[in-house]
Amino acid sequence: MRVSGEQLADLLAMWRIRVLEETILSLRLDGRIVGSVHLENGQEAIPVGACRMLRPQDALYSTYRGHGWALARGVPATGIMAELLYRRTGVNGGRGGSAHFSAPEYGFYGENSIVGAGAPIAVGAALAAKFDGSGRVAVTVFGDGAMNQGGVTEAMNMAAAMDLPVVFICENNKYSELTPINDMVRNPDLSARAHALGIPAVRVDGNDPAQVATAVGLAVTTAEHGRGPTFIEATTRRIVGHYIGDAQSYRPAGELAEDEKHEPIVRLKKQLTLQGVTAETLDGVEQRARTEIAAATERALAAPLSDPSTAREHLYV
Amino acid sequence: MSETAKLTYGGAINAALARCLEQMPETLLFGEDVALPGGVFGVTRGLRKAFGERVFDTPISETAMLGAAVGAAMTGRRPIVEIMWADFMLVAFDQIVNQAANVRYVSEGRLAAPLTIRTQQGNAPGACAQHSQNLEALLLHVPGIRVAMPVDAQDAYDLTLSAVTCDDPVVVIENRTLYAGAKSEVRIGGPVEPIGGHRLRRAGDDVTIVTWGAITGSVEAAVDLVAEDGISADVIEAVWLNPFDTEAVLASVRRTGRLLVVHEANLTGGFGAEVVARVCESGVPLSAPPRRVGALDTRIPAAVQLAQAVLPQTGDIVDALRAVTGK
Repeated sequence: MRVSGEQLADLLAMWRIRVLEETILSLRLDGRIVGSVHLENGQEAIPVGACRMLRPQDALYSTYRGHGWALARGVPATGIMAELLYRRTGVNGGRGGSAHFSAPEYGFYGENSIVGAGAPIAVGAALAAKFDGSGRVAVTVFGDGAMNQGGVTEAMNMAAAMDLPVVFICENNKYSELTPINDMVRNPDLSARAHALGIPAVRVDGNDPAQVATAVGLAVTTAEHGRGPTFIEATTRRIVGHYIGDAQSYRPAGELAEDEKHEPIVRLKKQLTLQGVTAETLDGVEQRARTEIAAATERALAAPLSDPSTAREHLYV
Repeated sequence: MSETAKLTYGGAINAALARCLEQMPETLLFGEDVALPGGVFGVTRGLRKAFGERVFDTPISETAMLGAAVGAAMTGRRPIVEIMWADFMLVAFDQIVNQAANVRYVSEGRLAAPLTIRTQQGNAPGACAQHSQNLEALLLHVPGIRVAMPVDAQDAYDLTLSAVTCDDPVVVIENRTLYAGAKSEVRIGGPVEPIGGHRLRRAGDDVTIVTWGAITGSVEAAVDLVAEDGISADVIEAVWLNPFDTEAVLASVRRTGRLLVVHEANLTGGFGAEVVARVCESGVPLSAPPRRVGALDTRIPAAVQLAQAVLPQTGDIVDALRAVTGK
């Protein structure tokens, strides 16, 4: 079986996110990072598959579980790590922190700490595209829980009514924070809501970067040709807590172990092995990610903390 | 070139919006019923016809509307959104407080949200409790949001222009009782003024009155009434509440030694309390305790006679003026 360059690139991109998140976890546990941190271990295939299909002019809006989305979008790991460590060299000098940073120079218009709030904002970036000739497509990512926020439905309807170039990506990891999404809806088919609003919707395996990429690629093409929004439900599993410190007592026994068997890195490695890729090559990919993130972390830790005398700057123009 | 036109308050806002749409191609104007219908108060009449699809109607979805304004502003547009009644802003407060207000600060200035929210507030005869509130204090508590409240047609024109030109989020709070009032000469086409400043509506020596919004008319009436008793007042109308012209107030109080703040909003947590606090903290000597006049701390009833019992009337302002001056 032929191994595509994309598969190895996806593996590397997923490892970069996984190692970034693991490093953040250890820095959080030893107290060098403080506060609330949300990791996306297990969900890496979605940002990797999606960002592979985005162009420089596209605007991405993620959730607070967004370190990996930023990294996949091209934001340097050093800038992300420095942001979480509140360094001057952080992408926002530490003002955004783990849950609310942005790096528009990379097309990453930011995380959002309010569930679902990025969706209406993405509609605005798409609205701007209608007038500015940029060809921009706006991509907004949110979890299954955000489907129960009114603003998400408002945003989907407005994008549909105005044929705006928006891609709505719902990362359905089964849990809306600590509560099973299926307990919070009557119809577990979340994409049905998009259908009801007249938005083409597709449900893909969110643990397969190739499936995500295909869906996002089609959605971007649809949007850029003036045919309006698309909704993509990407099913996945988070193999860590909602936040660092989440005891996850809400998970049934054995669920986590099962999810770990199907997480996207394990799965792609298995697939590549079947296709004849050697363990040495696969380890080399992992090692490359580890080396890069370690160096980025070292640079971030060496940078000076943000200067308290700047705390009042940038409130107004 | 500056010229003048005879315009109502609403007409002046329309003229300012037309100028913004004409001179700033990055502006967009949208909201509920603003395009084809021209707005429920007729303020945006004719703009769709003149400027095409940059002026458009939205669903009744304040969150989508304001979120879209934030996103469009982040990506280079200059949106002007109408929130039909200030009360409806509460439906979408997240997009103002958590989103728009944070854009510049949290991104360390890498992003900006140059958007203008036009809304109108306050009581008018028969309005229900959900269409009567004066909510400026909620906005003034939020760093990152500029707030303007024009009362006359000239300010309606000038402040709208300044708000749209400003590179930060601005809420312009209008008042529907003023839209269709008498026409007055309005200078149009002049230079755009920077945000900030106040208007001195009356000059006097006995007391400094700080006020804003449509109740400024009642304040002027009250001052004219007590003039017969030999009381004279500086009336400072705070057309901009953020930035608020604290220095102008202090300079006046330094001279008069007395302070009265009048607003239509209810007293507790109102911006009047902030004005009194700033004056007291400044150490300017006062010859009488400062006073506030505002609505009672209750809900606003629809019945006209009940609403009058809740909202500050000219007589209440007269009484407060007599009390604070001891005359």
